[in-house]
Amino acid sequence: MSARATFRPVVVGAALSDGTPASTPRDVPYTGGEENSSAAALRTQFGEAVVRSSVVWGETTVEVRRERLLEVVQWLHDDATQRYDFCADITAVEFRDMERPIEVVWHLRSLPYRRFLRLKVLLEKGSAMEVPSVWGIYKTADWLERECFDMFGIQFTGHPDLRRLLMWEGYREGYPLRKDFPLRGRFSRSEQLRQSLAANPEARYSMEELSIADAFDDLPIEMRARLRAGEQVGE
Amino acid sequence: MGLTPRPEPNLVSYDPQSQEGWVTTRLDFLVNWSRANSLWPMPFGTACCAIEFMASAASKFDLARFGMERMSFSPRQADVLICAGRVPFKLAPVLRRIWQQMHQPKWCISMGACASTGGMFDNYAVVQGIDTIIPVDVYVPGCPPRPEGLMYGIMMLQKKVMNERMADKSLRDEMEPDPKSKLYISPRAIDELGEPFGNATHQQRSGL
Repeated sequence: MSARATFRPVVVGAALSDGTPASTPRDVPYTGGEENSSAAALRTQFGEAVVRSSVVWGETTVEVRRERLLEVVQWLHDDATQRYDFCADITAVEFRDMERPIEVVWHLRSLPYRRFLRLKVLLEKGSAMEVPSVWGIYKTADWLERECFDMFGIQFTGHPDLRRLLMWEGYREGYPLRKDFPLRGRFSRSEQLRQSLAANPEARYSMEELSIADAFDDLPIEMRARLRAGEQVGE
Repeated sequence: MGLTPRPEPNLVSYDPQSQEGWVTTRLDFLVNWSRANSLWPMPFGTACCAIEFMASAASKFDLARFGMERMSFSPRQADVLICAGRVPFKLAPVLRRIWQQMHQPKWCISMGACASTGGMFDNYAVVQGIDTIIPVDVYVPGCPPRPEGLMYGIMMLQKKVMNERMADKSLRDEMEPDPKSKLYISPRAIDELGEPFGNATHQQRSGL
């Protein structure tokens, strides 16, 4: 047999003992609904690292300290009573109130337990916009964190390849979804156009990203030599 | 009652004895006629306009009637670039390169409000009209334009093609703006002199 791992389908709710089928909760109150049991588990496990938790429309939000975020996520992912195996989204929120800190948000889902948990880390204005990357735990965090970095300028430390995702590389106007960013950008239209036309759309793609790694032996000799020397296609 | 019967439309009658085996025409006319009726489109669909474009190409509206049944997905074998949808700045160099890869003679149709002016997307990410990147022959308004609108634009383009003169050498010139030329006006000067246009007060006329 090949050494490849066999595919195991995820059965939603498999870890639930009662085996009741999933049902949509009805008449959920705006606040004060039933809390996700993971929040209480986090409080006992991590103590003061959990700042506060709230329930809005039946969804539990847990605010944790930045320093221990990676630990918390790792525990939620690994622990047999949690098994948060799906990172649905990573994003950030900035409020109109300039005093309010920026929130970085992780949406985690436990498929075996049918749970949803929202983690938040608050970054004060003026402090370093840095949070640890969860790329080591969820590979899907790769592009989510890149997008968040692109739009909000949040540095995910430990991310293997943190560069812009939506805007082109070398975009110099800042982070578009920040509240201090003007809607039409900072530069004039002609300057924006000049800069964007100067960008090379094929720049800085590795061989794997261009999916020509398999065709390496068929490439022209000089191109093979250039790629072997570590050159990336483009500028 | 004095009415003459309508002539049979499908009947072509000719008398070989009275006709010679040749006709005369202008070369301009012949070339333009063949070009206008075999425009191969290069669809550059980025948004909802592309859906209307697909509807135009499909059986009900049937672009094939205009000699456009062959969608050319390689710019090197295309005659007319149909830009359907908004173009973000990140795509601007791509569109420019596709246009440069097309061979002369080539034309461009800007389909829809976004491609023509940026439309409602007067923001940091969207090009305010593709005529700031490449030359455009026909603008089709609409959001998105119906297939009839696109076909009207195509027929306008056909008329334009029919009126081209081979003697006009400048027709096929591709000029990059040359800052050393006396005719060159800097984008800043254009922006200062030009009135705002389109639906956005901050839209400028200058391209490069």
